[in-house]
Amino acid sequence: MAKQIIIDPVTRIEGHSKITIKLDDMGAVQDARFHVTQFRGFEKFCEGRPFSEMPSLTGRTCGICPVSHLMASAKACDEILAVEIPTTAVKLRSIMNLAQIIQSHALSFFHLSSPDLLFGMDGDPATRHILGVVEKYPTLAVDGVMLRKIGQEIIELLGGKRIHPAWVVPGGVSSPLTPADREIILNKLPEARAICERTLSWFKGVLDQFKDEVNTFGNFPSLFMSLVSPSEDGKLAKLEHYDGKLRFMDADGKIVVDQINPNRYMDYIDEAVEPDTYLKSPYFKQLGYPDGIYRVGPLARLNLIDVCGTPKADQELSEFHALSSGPNLSSFQQHYARLIEMLYGVERIEELLNEADILDKRVRAFAKPNRSEGVGVSEAPRGTLMHHYKIDDNGLITWVNMIIATGHNNLAMNKSVKQVAQYYVKASHLQQGMLNRVEAVIRTFDPCLSCSTHAMGQMPLLVQLLGPCGELLDEVKRG
Amino acid sequence: MAVTTLKIDGKEVSANEDETILDVAFQAGIKIPTLCHIEGLTDIGACRMCIVEVAGSNKLQPACTTKVKDGMEITTQTARLKKYRKMVLEMLFSERNHVCAVCVSNGNCDLQTLAVEHDLTHVRMPYLYPKTEIDASHEWFALDQNRCVLCQRCVRVCDEIEGAHVWDVSGRGVQSRVITGLNEPWADSDTCTSCGKCVQVCPTGALSNKGKATGEMTKHREFLPYLAQRRHDHK
Repeated sequence: MAKQIIIDPVTRIEGHSKITIKLDDMGAVQDARFHVTQFRGFEKFCEGRPFSEMPSLTGRTCGICPVSHLMASAKACDEILAVEIPTTAVKLRSIMNLAQIIQSHALSFFHLSSPDLLFGMDGDPATRHILGVVEKYPTLAVDGVMLRKIGQEIIELLGGKRIHPAWVVPGGVSSPLTPADREIILNKLPEARAICERTLSWFKGVLDQFKDEVNTFGNFPSLFMSLVSPSEDGKLAKLEHYDGKLRFMDADGKIVVDQINPNRYMDYIDEAVEPDTYLKSPYFKQLGYPDGIYRVGPLARLNLIDVCGTPKADQELSEFHALSSGPNLSSFQQHYARLIEMLYGVERIEELLNEADILDKRVRAFAKPNRSEGVGVSEAPRGTLMHHYKIDDNGLITWVNMIIATGHNNLAMNKSVKQVAQYYVKASHLQQGMLNRVEAVIRTFDPCLSCSTHAMGQMPLLVQLLGPCGELLDEVKRG
Repeated sequence: MAVTTLKIDGKEVSANEDETILDVAFQAGIKIPTLCHIEGLTDIGACRMCIVEVAGSNKLQPACTTKVKDGMEITTQTARLKKYRKMVLEMLFSERNHVCAVCVSNGNCDLQTLAVEHDLTHVRMPYLYPKTEIDASHEWFALDQNRCVLCQRCVRVCDEIEGAHVWDVSGRGVQSRVITGLNEPWADSDTCTSCGKCVQVCPTGALSNKGKATGEMTKHREFLPYLAQRRHDHK
């Protein structure tokens, strides 16, 4: 008899979603789907607003990664103004973007995912959350809180507030960095670096315990996409979060397309709409839908580059690349990639703060709109973020397209859920460990479905086993 | 000019007969909240934030348009007044789309300041969420009806100080809208001199300089008392 398992809501992710697992007559997993059950409507309600409001408006998409939206949005507005923003403004924006990546990665790794890594996927759900971590592994928990705090404090020092700073504006940033604030940030970095290094060391030590998860958590061939920038000598591809060109790599490590100006993203990406989710499914046009599946985010970024560009992160990247002959295909390794990116972020912020012009007072270019269209692309913690606006002659928005990192990953998340479900879900009975693995694979992508976070794992988890006519056969409740 | 004596909040004050309660209270250092009032323009009593209690009358009076009388006893701060002032603010917020978080005047807004001063933590009546347009046709300025409180400062400054009378109010009740010219796009107004006085006196983000990002619109009103005095001297 065909059955259906529904996990609703999925916990310890940012936003609201549910998972449906369909079983065939033999009780084997036939299909699994990840549904995003909330609708936001930003692309529609921004229409008619002045383009200069867009960074703040779209920043409200998320309370975890507003800075990422500020970056992509401000870049789209820069294009509409058709100005080259001052180099100091680029550097200051980059610092804030990296601080954002550090704080968001810290949230994902320590608060949301470390309970699974520390207590095991089959651990008692009563303690398998951040408070359980605080109790049993206080040092690691404090490290996570401190690292996130440092990222948030850097954002606050630059932008005036931790969440939704209005500092990133079309044409640059609204105020320069003061010498005093530069010193304060520099003084915070040694602690952040030490936390990144010891967490990496710990993670590499326990990685062997998760061989099953490495093999089954979204471990499949797919394309990868991210921004990359050239190294100093122009021969290598370097890690990039703010600027750069788009690059696609296939599962064998072959560069499919490279050096794509981000404003031509539509030549390569299209978006499919599914009837059972509000999240669109972008795909690589050349391979069509749904074969054009690609992944973005920390794993994709590290797969697509040759070097990070900072000393310690490059050492870690070498080890990471040595794990596989081609690109690392396991989504479980996003955790590892996040740790390396945080280390890179700390190193790169220090480099930028030590550049001669970082305190320059000219941080903004002023202009009226000189183009009727603008595209802004940056790397958010979860992957490539695209904002695309069109304006009328008066500077009012007429059309918006936003492709969020989690959207890029939608097809991959669905495929990952199916893979985990096929491996762990047995129709005869429902087990917490199985359910948690299905959720955990989603968590490896750190999907940001809205501006809310359910970091404590306290939301109820309802799993229903349904017969072909929708009758309830079994039920498990949690929380 | 006859001089009268009256009491405001128990304080004996003297005033000229043609002065308003608001003028006299201000001179005596007694603060009464205002929104549509701005020094230099004729008061019209539109917002009702400056309501006061006058002994012997159960009717609340707007301090900005009520002339003083001999022996008046005025109270400016009572629980009843606070209640109604707060209600006025709630109705203003519920009538349009005042989204402070993304507004160009965030942090520099008279309406927002009043809300903070009156501990307005939430609005009890349902929001109307009207669909209102933005007129960004002017080369330098934009009108966002979503943020307008119909104080008519723009109407008055354009008429009384600039002498262009570009602005007016059309419609009635909740359908009221400030308009330029004969309800035509601002850019098409033949009378607008693009002086920007309307933008500077606007208490909220309804009128702003184009291209400003969130919280960047600060208003400069130093010119107004000076120009108003010069106009007065010429009459």
